[in-house]
Amino acid sequence: MIMHTAPKTDFLAPDDTASELPNLALAPLMEPQPKPVPATPVLPAQRIAAWLRGVLPGVLMTALSLGLFIAFWYFATKYRWDFYIRFTNIPSPGDVLTNAANLMHSDKFYNNMWVSVRRILLGFGIATVLGVTFGLLIGQYRAARGLMFPLFEVLRPIPAIAWVPMAIMLWPTNETSIVFITFLGSFFPILLNTIHGVKSVDAVLLRAGRCLGANEFSLLRQVILPAALPHIFTGLTIGMGVAWVSLIAAEMISGQYGIGYFTWEAYSLIQYADIAIGMIVIGMLGLACSSGIRLLGNKLMPWLPTHSSRGRA
Amino acid sequence: MIPFENPNQGSTTGHIRIENLRVSFGHNSAAVEAVSDVSMEVKPGEFVSVIGPSGCGKSTLLNVVAGFVQPSDGTVTVDGKITDKPGADRGMVFQQYSLFPWLTVRKNVEFGLKQQGMEKFQREQAARTLLGLAGLLAFENHFPEQLSGGMKQRVGIVRALATSPQVLLMDEPFGALDAQTRVVMQQILTNMWQRFRISVLFITHDIDESIFLSDRVYVMTARPGLIKAEIPIPLPRPRTPEMASTPEYLAIKHKLRNLISEESLKAMGGELKDGGLGGFNIEVGPQGVAELI
Repeated sequence: MIMHTAPKTDFLAPDDTASELPNLALAPLMEPQPKPVPATPVLPAQRIAAWLRGVLPGVLMTALSLGLFIAFWYFATKYRWDFYIRFTNIPSPGDVLTNAANLMHSDKFYNNMWVSVRRILLGFGIATVLGVTFGLLIGQYRAARGLMFPLFEVLRPIPAIAWVPMAIMLWPTNETSIVFITFLGSFFPILLNTIHGVKSVDAVLLRAGRCLGANEFSLLRQVILPAALPHIFTGLTIGMGVAWVSLIAAEMISGQYGIGYFTWEAYSLIQYADIAIGMIVIGMLGLACSSGIRLLGNKLMPWLPTHSSRGRA
Repeated sequence: MIPFENPNQGSTTGHIRIENLRVSFGHNSAAVEAVSDVSMEVKPGEFVSVIGPSGCGKSTLLNVVAGFVQPSDGTVTVDGKITDKPGADRGMVFQQYSLFPWLTVRKNVEFGLKQQGMEKFQREQAARTLLGLAGLLAFENHFPEQLSGGMKQRVGIVRALATSPQVLLMDEPFGALDAQTRVVMQQILTNMWQRFRISVLFITHDIDESIFLSDRVYVMTARPGLIKAEIPIPLPRPRTPEMASTPEYLAIKHKLRNLISEESLKAMGGELKDGGLGGFNIEVGPQGVAELI
């Protein structure tokens, strides 16, 4: 039997013992009222000043970090630095900005972005559905594990990119083979983290569920799935990263359209500034996707204390 | 034997019968007998505690009634039905709270009702009523992590009662709580027990707790687990903490303490002989260990 020590989050807990001790012997139990904590009154100006003091150092350091990088880039391209690393053909920040302003009005460019995002949504979406479903089954049922896990273990070490030639032969269109590559990249991280999540579900929760009359399906759906959700979201975050890696590589090798294709094509067409734009856009789209997953995670898992108590160091 | 002043005497369901129960884990030579030949019963509406040294198999006993462990021999029935799998007719309260952390307090209480297919509106009402009885209505939308240990365990009890089980099985439910909270919780439990007219099988290693709560107390021996004594608690109800200084209470406590310390010493003596002090080559009975200490 596991011995649990005193609960660790006492600072959150309203004190129930103190309010109930006096009426011990009384039959009807009084409802303990949550005690409101009076906020210390602060003037708006003071509050803004305090906020600035907290936020300003971070902002300054971010600006410095990025500023130094751009300054280095600027001077290296301006003076055509050629010392093992060659900046002779590298576009300057100014070139990139000018080209970016032009591309803002190009429908073709937006189309490339949209095509890539659509491939991610499809491939990653299918990987999520299949990865979580198989993960739950493999994690919970020995038969499912015995039947499916060996196959997945054999396929897992093959990087998604290595599938490109096979995928082109396998699928009827180029589009589906790229979606397939994206799917493959994200499927395994999601699958493995889901299995791990199911394995680490506290056994006492399963016993509690069974005692409350849950059948096998409700146990899977209402206990194991939510209990494994934090691990599943770890898998989704990793899977999204690998999905982008696989997508860009697949687009560069076999693509038509897509932001990876755009970047590679810029190189072939000697549009060097567009290479940098492609890279920056890929970074921003990747960031947007992982932020989306984090937001979804916070929304689906409100019981986790992540967003309320963020430490400042 | 009819327990003294059982306020739940009108109850007709929740009859636990354990006959010649034997449970062993492992196979053949490696088999460990956790419970050997235990017979006992909890009458409808009765509050019965099982007390014994740690490792005496009292939790195993409870797990057989809950349907998590299959008996190697003997039968366990609740209202005549063999307890071969867990079900909502036997509510269980665990020491480790075991609330679903992703559900709010009210949704935790609704869980069992949802499994029974009750409509959303009805189960919300039912959960609110129960939470009100336990003084927890103000916290219905809190998550378990936001509650203190005592409150969590109150939710655990309310959740187990929500499906209207015939019996409540409790495995050292207040073991992780501090002494003050524990006293409050015992009061609350007594209250709920009388209100729901339910049978309770309560596992504990706390002598005062068993006296304060129970109609009867079974004392179990150290490995292998056997019933050593059955002690009725004829104290009037409602019981108050002040009773702890009455001669009747002290007499019972004294009797129980003697029974249990014998067993604990036996368990310790066994451990000393098995592993510890190898070089000393000590052969001690219970008295011997008492002298050593």
